[in-house]
Amino acid sequence: MNKSVAGPKEALKGITSGMTLMLGGFGLCGIPEACIKALSESNVTDLTCISNNAGVDDFGLGLLLKKKQIRKMISSYVGENKEFERQMLSGELEVELIPQGTLAERCRATGAGIPAFFTPAGYGTEVAEGKEVREFGGKMYVMERAFEADFAIVKAWKGDTEGNLIYKATARNFNPMMAAAGKITAAEVEELVPAGELDPNAIHTPGIFVQRIFQGENYEKRIEQRTVRPRA
Amino acid sequence: MALDKEGIAKRIAKELQDGFYVNLGIGIPTLVANYVPEGISVEFQSENGVLGMGPFPYEGEEDADLINAGKQTITVKDGASFFDSATSFAMIRGRHVQLTVLGAMEVSENGDIANWKIPGLMVKGMGGAMDLVASAENIIVAMTHTNKKGESKLLPECKLPLTGVGCVKRIVTDLAVLDIAPEGGFVLRELAPGVTVDEVKEKTAGKLIIPDEVEEVRV
Repeated sequence: MNKSVAGPKEALKGITSGMTLMLGGFGLCGIPEACIKALSESNVTDLTCISNNAGVDDFGLGLLLKKKQIRKMISSYVGENKEFERQMLSGELEVELIPQGTLAERCRATGAGIPAFFTPAGYGTEVAEGKEVREFGGKMYVMERAFEADFAIVKAWKGDTEGNLIYKATARNFNPMMAAAGKITAAEVEELVPAGELDPNAIHTPGIFVQRIFQGENYEKRIEQRTVRPRA
Repeated sequence: MALDKEGIAKRIAKELQDGFYVNLGIGIPTLVANYVPEGISVEFQSENGVLGMGPFPYEGEEDADLINAGKQTITVKDGASFFDSATSFAMIRGRHVQLTVLGAMEVSENGDIANWKIPGLMVKGMGGAMDLVASAENIIVAMTHTNKKGESKLLPECKLPLTGVGCVKRIVTDLAVLDIAPEGGFVLRELAPGVTVDEVKEKTAGKLIIPDEVEEVRV
């Protein structure tokens, strides 16, 4: 099955205003740069975005925030984005902050056909308000539910035309669970190769989870906190 | 003399034991990695998906695809591994990580912790902190004893929205090392060099328990 498409526009075909999108990445690491840029150049608006972070002011999801294309963000940490904080505190942007492990597991559950699960994270805090809590083995747990996502947009290092994906280092993060969770999953990769060139033993995301794949261009891969040590 | 950030990190490093997998939070906790005692082997986990973190890279060798949970560029040691976020939190919730060190804005005398939100002022999100504090067997808080206004951060009850309940075991501040008593209260274990019991008393708003013997912090 050849799932390759020409570029981000073709990969994102069918995304309309009001949809719920999952976007991979942790900070700016492993974000689908090309697709986010294409979205920011489109007229879709009123989006719900599920993503661990919200980019920075002028890169990543910050580009969509600046253009007010996002109605609601579901994230675990948004500390690096001033525009995000401003829109949230002023009430322009609806925000659901959830624990990072819960976010990851809710994504995983979505793709795995698990409607809900119990986690200890957030018990006794405002995160648990309105949710079912239950005791198992003397410890309290909060019930969390799977998401529903119209599209998942992920970024990988290498991919093949079957949609198989390999991630690099910590750019893996949320991408594999989100890839499995989208009703339609679009993957952008730094290197797209014909089926057969990737070692099946090395595949992180099997192609069954990916519907569209393309090779992105000119990856900027911005670093948020450049930390180095002096050479001895 | 009260401990500085490095001093707090050095003191916490003494809690590391051979064979521990450790998660370090952002800020002072990150510094703990610089003071692993000689002769023991520990591995640092970062919740964005790496086990076996090494030091920062040399200039020019930074890799945008290789960062820690603080979004800092890092390197990995021999034997490191990468994994997705769900696997990472399986390690955390599944209690495969032996020690978590994190910062706090407030800790209460029954071990509640608040560190993610100041309503109306600061809303950065909890990141992985709620998962970590709800799951770890051993949680050490690294923080200053008082906030910038000079108010105690060791309280009878947290005033800020909670990150977790009844989870903190030990607190290392610039002034002292304190344990949470099972029945509630901050047990004074060690004093920073030159810091008096009276100073800690004055700067601890919650119930302070002073045993007969209180040692001096050695770093």
